[in-house]
Amino acid sequence: MAEAIIALRQLSKHYGDKKAVDRLDLEIARGEIFGLLGPNGAGKTTTILMMLGLTEPTAGSALVCGSDATRHPLEVKRRVGYMPDDIGFYEDRSGLDNLIFTARLNGVSPRDAADRAEALLRRVGLEEAADQRVGTYSRGMRQRLGLADVLIKRPQVVILDEPTLGIDPQGVRELLALISDLSRKEGLTVLLCSHHLHQVQQICDRVGLFVRGRLIACGTIEALAEQLNASGTAQIELRLAGWPPDIGARLQALQGVTAVRRLPEESEQASGATDAETGGVHVEHGQGQELRLLVECAAPGLAPAIAAEVHASGTALLELRRVAYGLDDIYRTYFEGEDGP
Amino acid sequence: MTSPQQDAALPHGGGMNAAQEETRLRRPFWILVAKEIGDHMRSWRFGILFAIIVLASVGSVYGAITALQGGVQQAEFDANFLFLQMFTAVDSSRQLPNFMTFVSFLGPLMGIALGFDSINTERSKGTLSRLLSQPIYRDDFIRAKFVAALLLIAAVVFSLGLLVMGVGLLTIGFPPTPEQFLRVVLFLCLAVVYIGFWLTLSILFSIRCRQAATSALSGIAIWIFFSFFYGMLLNLLAGSMIGDAGQMSLRQQEWLLALNRLSPAQLFSEATTTLLMPGVRSLGPMTMEQVYGAIPAPLPLGQSLLLVWPQLTGLLAATMVCFGLSYLLFMRQEIRSRM
Repeated sequence: MAEAIIALRQLSKHYGDKKAVDRLDLEIARGEIFGLLGPNGAGKTTTILMMLGLTEPTAGSALVCGSDATRHPLEVKRRVGYMPDDIGFYEDRSGLDNLIFTARLNGVSPRDAADRAEALLRRVGLEEAADQRVGTYSRGMRQRLGLADVLIKRPQVVILDEPTLGIDPQGVRELLALISDLSRKEGLTVLLCSHHLHQVQQICDRVGLFVRGRLIACGTIEALAEQLNASGTAQIELRLAGWPPDIGARLQALQGVTAVRRLPEESEQASGATDAETGGVHVEHGQGQELRLLVECAAPGLAPAIAAEVHASGTALLELRRVAYGLDDIYRTYFEGEDGP
Repeated sequence: MTSPQQDAALPHGGGMNAAQEETRLRRPFWILVAKEIGDHMRSWRFGILFAIIVLASVGSVYGAITALQGGVQQAEFDANFLFLQMFTAVDSSRQLPNFMTFVSFLGPLMGIALGFDSINTERSKGTLSRLLSQPIYRDDFIRAKFVAALLLIAAVVFSLGLLVMGVGLLTIGFPPTPEQFLRVVLFLCLAVVYIGFWLTLSILFSIRCRQAATSALSGIAIWIFFSFFYGMLLNLLAGSMIGDAGQMSLRQQEWLLALNRLSPAQLFSEATTTLLMPGVRSLGPMTMEQVYGAIPAPLPLGQSLLLVWPQLTGLLAATMVCFGLSYLLFMRQEIRSRM
């Protein structure tokens, strides 16, 4: 791994008996986009606050850009841009004024501040709204202004806390593309905190899964998926044109199949219905024409056998695919594991 | 209060004087102050307050002038201190309060209005965490809040005070002696300190209370308590103290006065009275022996100052205590966005 620009060692923060962050060890390399993922209340924001020296850790240390965040917060804050999850601006001032103010606080001279602010507003696509009061900005515009605000100090590290919260999908795509572009072109290190897995998945080099103050997994998305796949099971999803009467039992009877589940219809899925457990014995008839099944196998390489079985039942096989682990599955599996006793 | 770290953290200006000067001016503290003053000046709140206070001063000057014009002929006022009476004369026929009363009444309101939402609004709007993630010290932030509002208060108080002096000069045509001028300037300084006390108190509430409304109400409640109810309570107490003899002992009276002086309003009114009325020789009860033989002459400025020194110290101390508490509370608070 390249030189670590953020190094957290045994970082802990306790509020009374509650451990918000529990002995966190994390290294982030220069120029990397790192996604810190976790549900709400996992301690992500607390970790960020400790990295910026805004909160004192109970134990451990946070070394950011070579400075100890607790002892020399100013050194860190000069090099790190932080965008809080619910960023606020001075609503009565224009976007340009807000940016210039931030630049001035970072010791930039008035003329340079104005130049930088205008350049950044162009960059994030707000040049037309530059002189409008921030109070009139939409959520997406505020978020983009936030990004400009973070960048105006020309940081080495950018920490974004839930940057995509409350923006429409188009806005999210644009924002993430912008972040990714910045990181690649200017060698920025980006720490992205979020609970929106799919969004983060697109641009992160590595992710860390953070649950109840502890980092339970860390690595590239592929590596995490491999870890999960290495647990020995493979899942195969089937889509059939009709309802063969005993397809469940037949598949179950195959060597190596551990479970057969009926997946909800597309429409059911949309309404939030969960997997209907069929007990693996038989699949009941529904109203729909198509049947979607999930076959869990103890070993890979069962797809031909399953296809043959379906073929033997006389129903057309519309689709058969091996389910690859996405971030969503990773997330759910790890978090569900954590939710246990 | 500059911490050693702060100086060390500044970029070195290459040893050149001009560069150093520029670095000093660029210090975040003064940028924060400038922004705060700008915010206050643009706000409706400040405009309204300013209008009220200007109207009140105009009224008081008008009252004082008519009172003086009517009173001098009846030898009601001491012609020696005519100029100072621009600030203290009461027009009994029109019931207009004088400038001194206006300042002591509206000053706290101004202090509270400028401070009550200084911290909690930044917090609730989410600007606090953004601001504090910039390379500034926390104490710079809270000091900037205080200094900006205080500078503004000083500007208002001094401009009004000097205006009243100017109008006085024009209408009564009686020039002040340097001593009288100094007395007025000292009175204005005192007013700034007094309003500063209410400012720090309201900043304290703004740190303590999450809601701006709660903090404003707490500040106003304390102001009203000290302006009205505290005096009433003490009167009740005094009533119960008066024994069968029908009068209080000297010790009881001193006790009562000491209690009274817990109120910043009382301290301010004692101090201003002494400063603006050189005839005031004592602020407590005096025995006949003490009064006996004393010549009822006005006090020189030095002596008046000595007389109000404890009051001034008391006000400053109260301000310091409030500021210290705010400081302590703020430094210990955790900065999160919109908690």
